[in-house]
Amino acid sequence: MTATNSEAVLPAQGIEAPRSGRVDPKYLRSKTTSGSFEMAAWVFMRVSGIALVVLIFVHLWVNLMVGDGIHQVDFGFVAGKWANPVWQFWDLTMLWLAMLHGTNGMRTIINDYAEKDSTRLWLKSILYIGSTVIIILGTMVIFTFEPCLLDSTTGEPLPRAVCPN
Amino acid sequence: MTQSKGTLYRGREGMWSWVGHRITGVGIFFFLLVHVLDTSLVRVSPEAYDAVIGAYKNPIMIMGEIGLVGAIVFHAFNGLRIILVDFWKKGTRYHKQMLWGVLALWIVTMVAFSARHLMLFLEGWN
Ligand code: HEM
Ligand code: HEM
Repeated sequence: MTATNSEAVLPAQGIEAPRSGRVDPKYLRSKTTSGSFEMAAWVFMRVSGIALVVLIFVHLWVNLMVGDGIHQVDFGFVAGKWANPVWQFWDLTMLWLAMLHGTNGMRTIINDYAEKDSTRLWLKSILYIGSTVIIILGTMVIFTFEPCLLDSTTGEPLPRAVCPN
Repeated sequence: MTQSKGTLYRGREGMWSWVGHRITGVGIFFFLLVHVLDTSLVRVSPEAYDAVIGAYKNPIMIMGEIGLVGAIVFHAFNGLRIILVDFWKKGTRYHKQMLWGVLALWIVTMVAFSARHLMLFLEGWN
């Protein structure tokens, strides 16, 4: 091959991707910036997935596999865990990652099956509102939880309370 | 390599693992919505929380918990396989072998989990 056009044989010298900038806009698949959002969502599903394996497997191990297993789970057990900031942080991270991962997964599924624009819009609105409520509720429960419940008249700890002594 | 008849994708292992991943994902999502609601009862009163969590401790719910953990473990292992197919150079070449690996690991994990869960449940059952 005798190359006379030197620009065509030097790919490193700033040659544009095929057809870039030369496509009539009406043939573009995406007219918005949703391409980069979808890319971020795709990466997020994988990164959060890896973190969730650790977060959830430890959650199940500590709550079901050690001690008395399922029988140990009651108010006192939760109070004991959430008196410790490590478990508060653990559950908060698990809550946010699992809910965002799950919500994004559900969004994909709605996009796949709901063919009418209006149905998609409705289903996704319900999804986003529901997820927001659950994330806020779960977050507030962790931050406002009081392991050391006191009797309002005597000021003594209630029977199930977990108090520092 | 033997060439299969029909389409490349539909009805083959890849499709069934995808269906399984999707169904378990949806199931876990709805469980999580309910689970945050039941946990939030710790802010109502210790009695309210204990009463509702008590429902997790009967034989039917024990089977339900095994089902839930089965769904999580499959979704988790298969999710890691998807990530390997996407990012590992040889991932696409070994995706089928990795699926059998996922199923083998799933069986081992679930036998161990179910045995331990049932044992602890029976020990504390009154
Ligand atoms: C049968 C199995 C399960 C049991 C018995 C269980 C039990 C509990 C308990 C006792 C708590 C209170 C705090 C703590 O212990 O850390 C809790 C909180 C939590 N669990 Fe689970 N769990 C189970 C499965 C799961 C699964 C599969 C997920 C994830 C998909 C999950 C996600 C969470 C989250 C996000 C919180 C924090 C809730 C909040 O912020 O109000 N749990 N769980
Ligand atoms: C245990 C760790 C987990 C791992 C490793 C994991 C991994 C993944 C991966 C890799 C995907 C595919 C994303 C894509 O195709 O772009 C996915 C999808 C999904 N995940 Fe998870 N996930 C985990 C936990 C969860 C949890 C806790 C939930 C529910 C709250 C969930 C719900 C979903 C849903 C609904 C989808 C969409 C399925 C579909 O599009 O067919 N996952 N997951």
